[in-house]
Amino acid sequence: MDAFTTHTGVGVPLRRSNVDTDQIIPAVYLKRVTRTGFEDGLFAAWRGDEHFVLNLEPFKAGSVLVAGPDFGTGSSREHAVWALMDYGFRVVISSRFADIFRGNSGKQGLVAAQVDQQHVELLWKLLEAEPGTEVTVDLTDKTVRAKDLVAPFEIDDYTRWRLLEGLDDIALTLRHGDEIGRFEGNRQTWLPTTDPLQAV
Amino acid sequence: MSRTLAEKVWEAHVVRHGSGAEPDLLYIDLHLLHEVTSPQAFDGLRLAGRKLRRADLTIATEDHNVPTVDIDKPIADLVSRTQVDTLRRNCAEFGVRLHPMGDVEQGIVHVVGPQLGLTQPGMTVVCGDSHTSTHGAFGALAFGIGTSEVEHVMATQTLPLRPFKTMAITVDGELGPGVTAKDVILAVIAKIGTGGGQGYVLEYRGSAIEALSMEARMTVCNMSIEAGARAGMIAPDQTTFDYIEGRPHAPSGADWVAAVEYWKTLRTDDDATFSAEVHIDAAELTPFVTWGTNPGQGLPLGASVPDPESFTDEHERVAAEKALTYMGLEPGTPLRDIHVDTVFLGSCTNGRIEDLRAAADVLRGKHVAQGVRMLVVPGSMRVRAQAEREGLHEVFLDAGAEWRQAGCSMCLGMNPDQLAPGERSASTSNRNFEGRQGKGGRTHLVSPLVAAATAVRGTLSAPADLEN
Repeated sequence: MDAFTTHTGVGVPLRRSNVDTDQIIPAVYLKRVTRTGFEDGLFAAWRGDEHFVLNLEPFKAGSVLVAGPDFGTGSSREHAVWALMDYGFRVVISSRFADIFRGNSGKQGLVAAQVDQQHVELLWKLLEAEPGTEVTVDLTDKTVRAKDLVAPFEIDDYTRWRLLEGLDDIALTLRHGDEIGRFEGNRQTWLPTTDPLQAV
Repeated sequence: MSRTLAEKVWEAHVVRHGSGAEPDLLYIDLHLLHEVTSPQAFDGLRLAGRKLRRADLTIATEDHNVPTVDIDKPIADLVSRTQVDTLRRNCAEFGVRLHPMGDVEQGIVHVVGPQLGLTQPGMTVVCGDSHTSTHGAFGALAFGIGTSEVEHVMATQTLPLRPFKTMAITVDGELGPGVTAKDVILAVIAKIGTGGGQGYVLEYRGSAIEALSMEARMTVCNMSIEAGARAGMIAPDQTTFDYIEGRPHAPSGADWVAAVEYWKTLRTDDDATFSAEVHIDAAELTPFVTWGTNPGQGLPLGASVPDPESFTDEHERVAAEKALTYMGLEPGTPLRDIHVDTVFLGSCTNGRIEDLRAAADVLRGKHVAQGVRMLVVPGSMRVRAQAEREGLHEVFLDAGAEWRQAGCSMCLGMNPDQLAPGERSASTSNRNFEGRQGKGGRTHLVSPLVAAATAVRGTLSAPADLEN
């Protein structure tokens, strides 16, 4: 994972709440076995509408998505994060994220910046009044800046640290291999395994 | 210190406590795989030269992509076929037990785990699928994860996680006739909202929950994610033990005695406190259906399509407007007047034998309305076989419904079972999102009883409507 400290890019206002992961990328796009190339599935149903924000200049080239509350609800598909990143987004701003989406973002280096709804509304107005306005998201001081607007955002400290350092979760956990082994040695013997059962 | 059920299960799985902002490292007892969210995780292992740590705690099945007819032929969609073939290759390479299409144990991952007896109280269960919350019905801590986490569990059999908050959902009293577990959970979601459970594990409790069968409990826990919660749980009791006993992977002999003794400790202590509490009176619940495009947009069947102007919250008002446009509905229309084109009975929410029995009881001796198609898709091949032993398939076929093979089917638009643009369904599945059942498709979430009655009348209906 690439480290993330700060990012500046065109802000994209998405005035919708409850943007579920079926909207971010419909199931029909999940059949691939690769980890790249999901940008064509991003908001696939909405992109058929010529007035959809990502079909408008200069939002097409956006990299900071500013969405309504409850972003990323529903399915656990990490493809939603891949699709956003493959398209070019580095940050999603919302006043409330679904838990699994937020977790998936943190694993991939997409910053899910939780900004209160009042500031989201101000950002929307700003981005709509002056399309192409750039938004700067600074992970070191946890602020979002656009023109004169400065808004704090929340992100959990551990995810922030991992993003700043660009650390791989699995490598971090494998440092504790001995402790995992000790735990396994103490597990109850009746717990099931998936080993095929012998025919009786 | 007194603890909730979720806290007890959590504590029993902590490999190491994190310090400061660092999360706890939690051991995972069972990892379920399917073809959609696993290929990139297997690839990740290969790229990093890592091993699958515990193949013996991992099991895979094919469900999302599989067709539910002609399963003896190769999958026609080449991309789907490649994904299924990739799962088969990965399972062979890493030594994972797989139940492929056509196998007697194949089915939806959340139906297969419990029926094999692999899901047991007090376990941690994960899967790259948000409906993993289903397994919480056994008093397991079970939740959906993304593909990066799937890879993490493969490599380490653990996950770094911060403890969840706990919310008690107490449903007291008796459910009225025709009111099911599906109606309970749809009412819960409508009450707390699609974001109401975020950050929480929901514990369902109260006399109405205790009275539910294991399968009904699974329906309730299954949709916890639709309220935004990571997991739902129900304390194990005699109903749970009776369901597990004798299943292929259940403990036996002295192990059974020891296991039950432990399972009986898995209850929220009387003086434990939850971070939040919600109370619902079971007697007030009636059959519940959704009118909008998220599972929180639901109402009792006797209500009418709401007027967006009636919502005081600005986001809810805008969401309702967008939902009604997408759904092609007018405010004020009685829900019972809404005509459907298709009825789908199945999914990890309502594809178990009791669901099929309930629907068959309504359909017996009746016929699906003209112009309506009804798909009956068992959640697993075992459920299908059981239904055929009971003659339920004949009831469905005689009524004019289609009797299919096991899979996720029309719950999500990923296999051949899909709605066409503008087509309207009454569906026993879990999500009514835009396009969920196929691009442009319009979904009303319902219970199996409402699904069957709707199939007969052609409009959203409860079984009681058939008597008039």
